[in-house]
Amino acid sequence: MSGIVSYGAYIPLWRLSRDVIAAGWGRASLGGERSVANNDEDTVTMAVEAVLDCLVGVDREAVDGLYFASTTAPFREKQCAALVAAAADLRSDIITMDFANSLRSGTGALRAALDAVNSGSAQSIVVVASDCRIAYPRSDYEQNFGDGAAAILVSRSGSPVATVEGVYSISNDMYDVWRLDKDIFVQSWEDRFIIEHGYLENTSKAVSGLMKKYNLRADSVTKAILYAPNVRAQQTLARQHGFDVKTQLQDLLMSNVGVCGTAHALMMLVAALEEAKGGETFLLASYADGSDAMLLKVTEQVEKVKAGRRGVKGFLASKKMLPSYERYLSYRGLVEPQPGEPFRLFPSSSASWRERNWAIRFHGSRCKNCGLITFPIQRVCYGCRSKDNYEEVRLSDKKGKVFTFSLDSLAGRSDDPMVPHIVLESELGNTRIYSIMTDCDPSEIKIGMPVEMTFRRIYEGAGMYNYFWKCRPVR
Amino acid sequence: MESIKDKVAIIGMGCTKFGERWDAGLDDLAIEAAYEAFEDAGIDPGDIQAGWFGTVTAPTTGIGATHAVNPLKLRIPMTRVENWCITGHEALRNACFGVASGMYDIVLALGVEKLKDTGFPGLGTGRGMGPVLEARRTSPGSFALIATRYFYTYDLSPEEGKRVIGKIAVKNHYNGSMCPKAHFRNKITLEQVLNAPIIAWPLGLFDCCGNSDGAAAAILVPAKLAKNFRDDPIYIKGLGQSFDPLLPHTRPGFDWLTWDALVNSSRQAYEQAGIKNPREELDIAEVHDCFTITELIIYENFGFCPRGKAREDIDAGFFELTGGLPVNADGGLKCFGHPVGASGLRMTYEVYKQMQGKAQSPERQLKDVRLGLSHTFGGPPQVSAVAILGRELG
Repeated sequence: MSGIVSYGAYIPLWRLSRDVIAAGWGRASLGGERSVANNDEDTVTMAVEAVLDCLVGVDREAVDGLYFASTTAPFREKQCAALVAAAADLRSDIITMDFANSLRSGTGALRAALDAVNSGSAQSIVVVASDCRIAYPRSDYEQNFGDGAAAILVSRSGSPVATVEGVYSISNDMYDVWRLDKDIFVQSWEDRFIIEHGYLENTSKAVSGLMKKYNLRADSVTKAILYAPNVRAQQTLARQHGFDVKTQLQDLLMSNVGVCGTAHALMMLVAALEEAKGGETFLLASYADGSDAMLLKVTEQVEKVKAGRRGVKGFLASKKMLPSYERYLSYRGLVEPQPGEPFRLFPSSSASWRERNWAIRFHGSRCKNCGLITFPIQRVCYGCRSKDNYEEVRLSDKKGKVFTFSLDSLAGRSDDPMVPHIVLESELGNTRIYSIMTDCDPSEIKIGMPVEMTFRRIYEGAGMYNYFWKCRPVR
Repeated sequence: MESIKDKVAIIGMGCTKFGERWDAGLDDLAIEAAYEAFEDAGIDPGDIQAGWFGTVTAPTTGIGATHAVNPLKLRIPMTRVENWCITGHEALRNACFGVASGMYDIVLALGVEKLKDTGFPGLGTGRGMGPVLEARRTSPGSFALIATRYFYTYDLSPEEGKRVIGKIAVKNHYNGSMCPKAHFRNKITLEQVLNAPIIAWPLGLFDCCGNSDGAAAAILVPAKLAKNFRDDPIYIKGLGQSFDPLLPHTRPGFDWLTWDALVNSSRQAYEQAGIKNPREELDIAEVHDCFTITELIIYENFGFCPRGKAREDIDAGFFELTGGLPVNADGGLKCFGHPVGASGLRMTYEVYKQMQGKAQSPERQLKDVRLGLSHTFGGPPQVSAVAILGRELG
């Protein structure tokens, strides 16, 4: 039977207290904190994190497709799904597709993946939704938004942790929250109008439609996973449908993450699955330009999948507070960081293409003669000089330890002036890898410190974003 | 393989004032160094039969050997060489081979670098290994990796480690304070070194050499013709050069302390020169102190002292002007800065002048310098060159 066989999530390490944002403008704080993507993160890198979390213990060769959903993709023309799939080291004979332009495209991609799997056109597809929306400085949205990603693996084989029993969708065209093709900041109409005639009206239609279609009573739902633009709207919707706000309503992640756009409904689903027991019933509803409602049944398998995933719970617990509002502005490019020393080497499309297996897939070479593993891929073995006699091995999912390091004050940007250079020794074959450490407190770096790899945007040049792997303290 | 020993002699050398030479372009620096060398050798520029021109930052100055022939108006074979920080030595080495082959009788080795027209203070960021792998690599950032590992291996706390290498900076600044052509001529204290801003932890400002403009030149002839030009020519006794076989950053099992490039280049040069015990036999060494930690690992890789024991010699003043083996008697890269293409020839200039008893400012003149070494070490780092010079044949 087809269904959700695995899930994962990603929340950036950095959190910003809403009091700090509010203090910057001398206005009221919404309380709590929001997640903030680092200056080397974007929706592609966050998607890679969520996919890798989702694929823990899963044979990556068995994945037949990757759907990427976001309203803040780093490319207007060029697919993100293909890049995420390559970084996740999936096969190349797979379906990849980007879903965009609506906060509902996360559940839309999930529905499309279920349809593909149910129709038999694919065995399994990983759906990833990722968003990093930018609000006008000083606006409520600036405090309210968060950055994050979630991934769901659907498959027609294997044991599902949850089955999707039914779906019901509403389409609705209106300007309530939007961005034009040239906009950086999220625009919106007056709050009371968009909540009443946008969010509540449409999500309510989808929820009632689903409940009616599947003869569902409010008290037979274990968790109502209701996406909402804020807590009050969520509770209003829940009450309208008879859900008990205290016991049945899935936490909106507002106090500790913020609304993560396209990713948010799926992040809430992941959070619900993390706490779920077999036999429970979920009602999931997303909103934007209409609403998607889904009915899910949790299976006993859910207990077995929990191990090894960080998910929302794990990534929530691993955090560092961003010390200032100014840093947030700089991380999002809202104030221009002064670059470090000029880079001498710009990205090259043809060079990146040749180097894709080590630079994006993060493969090293294992000598078939002497077994030595080297990164990047070496055609002539360092150990025995065998020529072109190697197999590629994935190093991105291997942990390592700091072998030596330096903290470079010359090369950084003004918002992160110190660049930790790391030579690390991978747990696979003691392979040495040279990388920058990110998401860290440089003063805590020591020889022997455990690290893991993370896919990041390194810099922009020659009209391209250049992606590569960094290391970070194990989260 | 034959030794290069006693086949080639240096009959003239020149060296510019090093520093922030806002007044001088690449061509001016080339003229300044080359004409001092012509005068020192007592030759006319028209006597030069071939030349080797070392410079690194070609993208900002034009490629090829154009900037050697244009200012000097030479119509001879001129070859540009480039090999990271050993570029100056590569000009010298290839010029020696041109003479030793019998092809040419009077050649020019010229190293010039104009760093201060780039608009930023370091050597730049992200060079050599590929657009992404080395995106933010800098020289201090890479050499500091050696210091971190050295301190860890020999159980030195960062504070202790920084005191050990800091004394190298104090020594070199003391020497440089007496050298009119040096960029920096200020004496410093260990406290200043330890309290200076961090450039790339654990290296602070005074652990790093400056960025300077400069040029140096040598005129070389067959050893048997040398006395036709002057009474006190200096002879080439050995030339070594080696790479490490893979970038240190990605090299499996590498300890970051024992460098093939350093060990091989020094051993080759010692063997050619017939040196068994460099600590005892060398009278002067000009080594690549791009960072203080670099000078320390050179002591240990060149056999100046046992591994892990440099600290004892540093504390005892063994490498000071009055010690058993004076190292960087002119202040080294610490005081001259590192105009990359010029450095190898600038260091050779110091050894040459010391052997002739003509060191700039008499208080720095060492007694009876018969055998000396100049050395550069560069890249990520990965390559090293050694030249051994002697005052007499045999």
